[in-house]
Amino acid sequence: MVRALALSAALLAATPVLADEGQEAVTTFTLDNGMDVVVVEDHRAPVVQHMVWYRAGSADEPIGSSGVAHFLEHLLFKGTDTLAPGEFSATVAANGGNDNAFTSYDYTAYFQRVAADRLELMMRMEADRMRNIRLSEEDIRTERDVILEERNQRTENNPRALFGEQMNAAQYLNHRYGVPIIGWRHEMETLDMEDALSFYEIHYSPNNAILVVTGDVDPDEVRELADKYYGVIPANPDLPERIRSQEPPQTVERRLTFKDPRVAQPYVQRSYLAPERDPGEQEKAAALFMLAELLGGSTTSYLNEKLQLDQQIVVYAGAFYRGVSLDDTTFDLLVVPAEGVSLQEAEDAMDQAVADFIAEGVNEEDLNRIKMQLRASQVYARDNVDGIGNRYGRALTSGLTVEDVQAWPDILQAVTGDEIIAAAREVLQRESSVTGWLMKDDEVTQ
Amino acid sequence: MKRLVATLIAFVVALPAWADIEIEEVTSPGGITAWLVEDHSIPFTALEIRFRGGTSLDDPEKRGAVNLMSGLIEEGSGDLDARSYARVLEFLAASFSYRASDDSLSISAQFLTENRDEVVDLLRTTLHEPRFDQGAIERVRAQVLSGLRSDMTDPNDIAGQSFAEMAYGDHPYGTEGKGTLETVSALTRDDIVEAYENVFAKDRLYVGAVGDITAEELGVLLDTLLADFPETGKPLPERAEVTIEGGISVVDFDTPQSVALFGQKGIDRDDPDFFAAFVLNHILGGGGFESRLMHEVREKRGLTYGIGTYLVPKDLASVYLGSVSSANDRIAEAIEVIRQEWARAASEGVTQKELDDAKTYLTGAYPLRFDGNGQIAGIMVGMQMDDLPIDYIATRNDKVNGVTLEDVNRVASELLDPEGLHFTIVGKPVGLDG
Repeated sequence: MVRALALSAALLAATPVLADEGQEAVTTFTLDNGMDVVVVEDHRAPVVQHMVWYRAGSADEPIGSSGVAHFLEHLLFKGTDTLAPGEFSATVAANGGNDNAFTSYDYTAYFQRVAADRLELMMRMEADRMRNIRLSEEDIRTERDVILEERNQRTENNPRALFGEQMNAAQYLNHRYGVPIIGWRHEMETLDMEDALSFYEIHYSPNNAILVVTGDVDPDEVRELADKYYGVIPANPDLPERIRSQEPPQTVERRLTFKDPRVAQPYVQRSYLAPERDPGEQEKAAALFMLAELLGGSTTSYLNEKLQLDQQIVVYAGAFYRGVSLDDTTFDLLVVPAEGVSLQEAEDAMDQAVADFIAEGVNEEDLNRIKMQLRASQVYARDNVDGIGNRYGRALTSGLTVEDVQAWPDILQAVTGDEIIAAAREVLQRESSVTGWLMKDDEVTQ
Repeated sequence: MKRLVATLIAFVVALPAWADIEIEEVTSPGGITAWLVEDHSIPFTALEIRFRGGTSLDDPEKRGAVNLMSGLIEEGSGDLDARSYARVLEFLAASFSYRASDDSLSISAQFLTENRDEVVDLLRTTLHEPRFDQGAIERVRAQVLSGLRSDMTDPNDIAGQSFAEMAYGDHPYGTEGKGTLETVSALTRDDIVEAYENVFAKDRLYVGAVGDITAEELGVLLDTLLADFPETGKPLPERAEVTIEGGISVVDFDTPQSVALFGQKGIDRDDPDFFAAFVLNHILGGGGFESRLMHEVREKRGLTYGIGTYLVPKDLASVYLGSVSSANDRIAEAIEVIRQEWARAASEGVTQKELDDAKTYLTGAYPLRFDGNGQIAGIMVGMQMDDLPIDYIATRNDKVNGVTLEDVNRVASELLDPEGLHFTIVGKPVGLDG
């Protein structure tokens, strides 16, 4: 298949040069007690986002208490020595701000968006709940019901989410990433005060946290305030190293079929165990990132052109790679078969297309187009400094350094077609993969 | 729960500083009007174009035509077929997105300054010379049908559909804008072309632009993109009659957690009492963690992960909606609490402290919305469609602050209708009969 491309000379000339994408106004430093600080300036509006990220997520939980990292996240909105339950959020609201928090495998993060002149108050309260939460048994009981309803809403009511849980559990033989962030229900039901406080004592300290402030702020002022509120909290000398049980060599392909009467649109998902971005060593991850873009990142991607446009065998195809992760991550493929196409046919077509892609090698024009778009995305990213802040928060809680974050765009630009094919050959191995079929019932043909 | 609440938080001293947003009205040489916020700090522009009407312009038997058409706009135009088009767009590093809703079809574009002219040329071709190739129609139709099939087993979609049908009857609002499996399957290319002609016209056009562009440059852009559209499109439908009756209906669906959508008649955006109702809603169920319903249903009883209420003033009808999800054996209790709170607010109103807190939040949080070029462009188009004055942003907080306790409580007793509140529940709720 020749890729006819009616690009006029005029249009090619219109491809942006992007000699200078402009710099993100990022300042980083570390407080004496080990707390990292990232400041991203944007003075267009008098608004600030204040975040504290902890290097503690669901994959840091002790055996038997899955969900405790997320449970604790909820409980941090209860009281402290000086704040009544609910008063934290009420105070943010009384200052015209919004607040919330989120938990993932490798981090837990708390944030407030508020007028820039309220930054000090946010710091005072966030520093307070880093060390001083006070919980009652009633807090535990009602909030446990809330997280169970959250699990109902996110997972139990959604066959795609239940399927995803099973895919993950099958993918990870030994690593905690196989356990859902929100927790397994039977363990969530047993979470108690001791579980929550023990996780809090171990993981919540300034030397395990990153302060990320974005918006209309001056870095020197942030440093002064951070010293005043966070800098006075002693480091935890007993902070444990984040040692998790790692994956053994995966030697057997796993397959699963998840049936649920609520499934209306069946699909095939394939996940492969894949290396993550490591400090000072992000080249392979960059190749995998590009591989995902080339295979399934857009409508012009290889899988979509082959399977959706040419063969019309799928209604959707996608490829995903989440490189920011403390330990081994996954590279995922997904195809949604067209009507009348079986899951087996869709899976076979997907595998054939990936094999063809590897055999043909990377089309340089496709690669250059993606690289150019990545450069352009750096311009658009400056419109959302909170997004830049989040990028740092995720990276620094996932084992990367500020230097790694800043080197990443150049590393992506340097990736070659050969590196991408080499990474594909190395990672897309059936022995380390899980193939899942999500379906309604026994399939005849849809 | 008693806790010594030290005065860590003194009372709020002053309102936060304003987002200083200067909107300029620009009229192109060809007579197209747009609102502009010039900001040259980042070399790109966000452009929002909206046509009033949206999926409500569909005839009943052609339901889903506007939605399918909006999905096909980007599937090839001029001499570019779908795949060439996608490549050209990627080469230009611009993004265009299209969204069809009940009341409008919107186009959100962002593009770099350095190749703006080429991007605008492409967008012009896109909007004026869509190909609607049969192959693209079949492909996008299959995607829409796939989505519709998924919606049919999604409790939230089932609840929304069932509630809309009850509330709006035969009006377009009463059915899903994406259409049904039957209507979408039957749409022809002619139907798509007709939908295109129905939607794109200058008598229903609203534009906002934010970023690295001057008024003069914007004027040229507006004429290039929009001046050649016809003056008028298909007439908008009549207003909908809202027919919500109090009670409970249950849609049996085998899932562990019941999803409930509840609602009653609402209040129009241009009603003099709108701001009082807006503040009331914030206190009752709109205000996130601080709302009464969140306190009663989640914080006190742990009956749900989330509950919220929303004033929904559409162009052709207004409703007041809320949603909650609870395990099948707990949803009855959640609904009982909601009913009690609805009745309590109607009969007792709110307190002065609640009103003061709501005002502080609503006025303080207002500037936080204006955070990004695309965001601001969208807000400006919304303001124009609601017929708000160009200096509205500067006066809006005065309107919130002007709401008195008497206003809120009068509106609470007039608007809130505990008897007329209807709950549509999807799941296997225990102890509730539809």
